[in-house]
Amino acid sequence: MSDTETEDDIVEPGVLPLDAWHRAQGARMVPFAGYEMPIQYAGEHGGIVAEHEWTRTSAGLFDVSHMGQLLLSGPDLDAAVEAVLPIDLSTLKPGRQRYSLLLDENGGVLDDLMVSRWPEHLYLVVNGATKWDDIGHLREHLPDEITLNHLEDRALLALQGPKAADALARHAKGEHELPDLTFMRFGKFTIAGHDVTIARAGYTGEDGFEISLPGEAAEEIATLLCGEPEVQPIGLGARDSLRLEAGLPLYGHDLSPDTSPIEAGLIFGINKRRRTEGGFPGADRITREIVDGTARKWAGLKVEGRMPAREGAEVFSGDEKVGVITSGGFSPSLGYPIAVAYLAAEHAATGAALEIEVRKKRLPATVVPMPFVPHNYYRGS
Amino acid sequence: MARYFTDEHEWIDVEGDSATVGITDYAQEQLGDIVFVELPDTGTMLEKGGDAAVVESVKAASDVYAPISGEVMEANGSLEDDPALVNTSPEEDGWFFKMTIGDKSQLEGLMDDKSYKSFCDSL
Repeated sequence: MSDTETEDDIVEPGVLPLDAWHRAQGARMVPFAGYEMPIQYAGEHGGIVAEHEWTRTSAGLFDVSHMGQLLLSGPDLDAAVEAVLPIDLSTLKPGRQRYSLLLDENGGVLDDLMVSRWPEHLYLVVNGATKWDDIGHLREHLPDEITLNHLEDRALLALQGPKAADALARHAKGEHELPDLTFMRFGKFTIAGHDVTIARAGYTGEDGFEISLPGEAAEEIATLLCGEPEVQPIGLGARDSLRLEAGLPLYGHDLSPDTSPIEAGLIFGINKRRRTEGGFPGADRITREIVDGTARKWAGLKVEGRMPAREGAEVFSGDEKVGVITSGGFSPSLGYPIAVAYLAAEHAATGAALEIEVRKKRLPATVVPMPFVPHNYYRGS
Repeated sequence: MARYFTDEHEWIDVEGDSATVGITDYAQEQLGDIVFVELPDTGTMLEKGGDAAVVESVKAASDVYAPISGEVMEANGSLEDDPALVNTSPEEDGWFFKMTIGDKSQLEGLMDDKSYKSFCDSL
């Protein structure tokens, strides 16, 4: 009956700034990415399904302080970073953020990340379980003149949901009015007198914000935001079901060094100029796959019935094995199980009828477009 | 009627030669929101400690073991339409299956209400 997962080999879990705060809210803590993290909370609004639904209809506060926040600076920074990431920094204006990918020499995915342009820096947010490897990789591949600063003293909170903007507007004062902060923009703000940066982005498919703040202000700001009637704290369990419905990949499950971004449908992470110019790790394979296509594709599946199909379950067309599930579970918003899988390309078209093997039973499943639940990003009024 | 408990957090109500099996309130609380229960077919022969059912929460699938050996007489059809009964009424309406009692001596190793409560308190 254990449902915890360990993402790496760290024996002694690290302690994040909100550790005690989560416990005081009745969180069930589990080892995750080298830390103890809340999987769900107790109480009237607690539990994965209730937290999931609360986020879809109101606003949820997620502690994502396990993620790595990195600042890069130095001479010829853009050229140095473009040698490591398939991003076009000539089109990334100040105050904007963009999704990118850390690739190995074979085009396999080492991590997926966000890159933001600050006035004199590039700011990266990378996955918690991979951050130490990412830092090593960046340090090895960036010139010595580039300074890499790991902002270990900062916390990261995500406020997500259709009412997130209403709740945040009561506390955030800054260089933008919140309505001017559209999807994938960020700016400097203060909350309760603390300097924070706020990006309009997230991992739920809903409108929302990611707030980078000093670790010592995390309890005060989390308490302040959860004091708003729209806001409840949300754990990792609902974070996973929300991102799956939104069709967003989870590193270590849906993405790995054994998957290419083209297979995963992440071509938007290879910026247009870089697709023809290359000059990033794995460019040979990536450019070839863009032209020729890939033998397998990451696709969404709607599973018939109520029995969930989970990571590792095999997908069949008749007797032929055509793929493997990389994430799957019951969708609280849709009321039926959904899954994502790498499928042989000829079986990955929308409408394809397949079967998933779960405990020696075959569950009928249909390839459906993603996201499973429409995105609700704020692109301006 | 006597109720026994296992250290795998199943309960078993014994009435004459048959028994009803489910999972405890402690177990459903640990599992969280239950979205599907896979129950054994009537006529299935269960071995004490062997796989009997699977309960799926949003997050994970967990095995439910047979507390004793015997034959499945009936599975709780209500769980098909409303698996959340296991969360709302784990020790009554959310029962899993009824079974014969193959070997009454197997009941002797199980816990009563009081020992199960102290067992949970010790976890």
